Amino acid sequence: MATTTPAPALRRKRTRARLRTLGFLSPWLIGFSVFFGYPLIATVYFSFMHYNQIRPPAFVGLRNWRYVLTQMPLFGPALWNTLWLVVVMVALRVVFGLGIGMLVTKIKSGAGFFRTAFYVPYLAPPVAATVAFVFLLNPGTGPVNEILGAVGIPAPSWFNDPDWAKPSLVMLSLWGIGDLMVIFMASLLDVPKEQYEAAELDGAGAWGKFRYVTWPSITPIVMFAVVTGVVQTMQYYTQALVAGKLASGVSIGPGTVIQPGYPDHATLTVPQLVYSLGFQNFNTGAACVLSLVLFALAMAVTTLLMRKRAGLLAAED
Amino acid sequence: MTTTTLTTRPAPARTGATGDPAARARARRSRLLHWIAVHTVAVAAALFFLLPFVFVFLTSVMSDNQAMSGELWPHEWHWSNYLTVFRTPGFLDWWKNSLLYAGLGTLLTVCSAVPVAYALAKFRFRGRRTAMILVISTMMLPPQVIVIPMYLVWAQQLHLAGSLWPLIIPMAFGDAYSIFLLRQFLLTIPQEYLESAKVDGCGELRTLLRIVVPMARPGIAAIALFQFFYCWNDYFGPQIYAAQNPASWTLSYGLESFKSAHSVNWNLTMAATLLVMAPVIIVFFLAQKAFVEGVTLTGVKG
Repeated sequence: MATTTPAPALRRKRTRARLRTLGFLSPWLIGFSVFFGYPLIATVYFSFMHYNQIRPPAFVGLRNWRYVLTQMPLFGPALWNTLWLVVVMVALRVVFGLGIGMLVTKIKSGAGFFRTAFYVPYLAPPVAATVAFVFLLNPGTGPVNEILGAVGIPAPSWFNDPDWAKPSLVMLSLWGIGDLMVIFMASLLDVPKEQYEAAELDGAGAWGKFRYVTWPSITPIVMFAVVTGVVQTMQYYTQALVAGKLASGVSIGPGTVIQPGYPDHATLTVPQLVYSLGFQNFNTGAACVLSLVLFALAMAVTTLLMRKRAGLLAAED
Repeated sequence: MTTTTLTTRPAPARTGATGDPAARARARRSRLLHWIAVHTVAVAAALFFLLPFVFVFLTSVMSDNQAMSGELWPHEWHWSNYLTVFRTPGFLDWWKNSLLYAGLGTLLTVCSAVPVAYALAKFRFRGRRTAMILVISTMMLPPQVIVIPMYLVWAQQLHLAGSLWPLIIPMAFGDAYSIFLLRQFLLTIPQEYLESAKVDGCGELRTLLRIVVPMARPGIAAIALFQFFYCWNDYFGPQIYAAQNPASWTLSYGLESFKSAHSVNWNLTMAATLLVMAPVIIVFFLAQKAFVEGVTLTGVKG
């Protein structure tokens, strides 16, 4: 800050610069306030209201909070499933993505073909991929169980078995590993070759080279994959909902209300419960409480991410 | 930013430490074994990734009766299944709606993200860091968190529930993910280009349109592709706002109801599934470079 009063010309210039910045940022400033700020405040407001979307909202204090956190029977299973998926799905995706990424960097013949083959499933729209997997894994006539049966391996009921439904979703998510494969592949190719040669001269084996050369240089990307994976998995909605609905075999038409989570709440996630409470049971207050729980979880992860940086805010200054 | 290519770098020539022919033969054999091991695993992995498509395709051309059996190979090839899918009432409308949502949504996102990303990448102003943190927070926010009040506004005040407009209009006001990605890309444009433009008397807007946009074309292509795919794949949005009105369903939303309408006809459902997958996969092959660049951008530090 200058100690002397800025000359009028300089002050004018500053004001112009500020206005210019505001002008460029205006689409986002409006969008952020209208489509983020307002609904967030409104969610907090509705969490203290009884509101069935017909009669005007009525203040009920902490009743919705007490109901969701202590009495609502589905809150426990939904939270458990979401956390289960966050832990298992993210861990397996990172390990599998790293494995496929390393494999791709080692392929000498037909590298282009293999890379494309590994990548393309990631592009399949989630609904289409889920429909395909419900078919592939259906216990009646699905190709997977036909093959397992022919080989003589006892076949599970996949999406129709409460114990197998979540592992089936994990398998679906591993099928779409293409995004992680690409970022791991890129970071693996960035590891300086000389370091491998130096390690080799020092007598390091395959594990030693991975542990002391590869791993230190890809840790930021692994961290990034873990954090974005956690964030994505907390929003996990479409695949779980579609798989549950289709596997349940209930015919769905406009207006049919199906409680999500088939079989036996095994695929019920927190976002699905928000939808179900808000748009099927019209219990706006409880749905907003659950939204805020989800928000708190997401913000906790985001804060962690800002702290660890994970490359997101790098090149800031 | 580090540039990364999809082509594997040539392996460094192994300098045989000795000229001893026996050692060289041993090295060659171990390299061959390594090659076999790597490619065996690669083929196994390729089967995991590709067989689902193969089975889906084979079932999609089976007769109704055969599709109910567990057989894997079609007796007769019923290509007409695809025609039947197209003739399903509503299917063409879903296509139209998906194109409207994805096309218009992408256009609006790009137009609004470019100036914002530019300001965040290149202007120095107080609160810049805070703005970035807010952008990232929005990006991380599960869409379910804010959907209920938003729905109430669109449905009760604006009477637009039953259409895709509640999904399209917000995209004119900057999508956090696109802003973030594009900003990362714009950081890589050297400051000197912008300064020399200013010396030539360009205002900020002209600098943006004449200098920055042409240089940022790969980044813009990447966010456009991502947004197109996001809209095309979106299920949650159409479920909230378009579900009440089948005339505004999109392909992603309609596909699921397709299964229940043809409850036992896996063949038709699989044909429809492939028809929903096809456009994104075709777009990918047409724009592979921009796409991979975008994916890499997400994970690359500045």
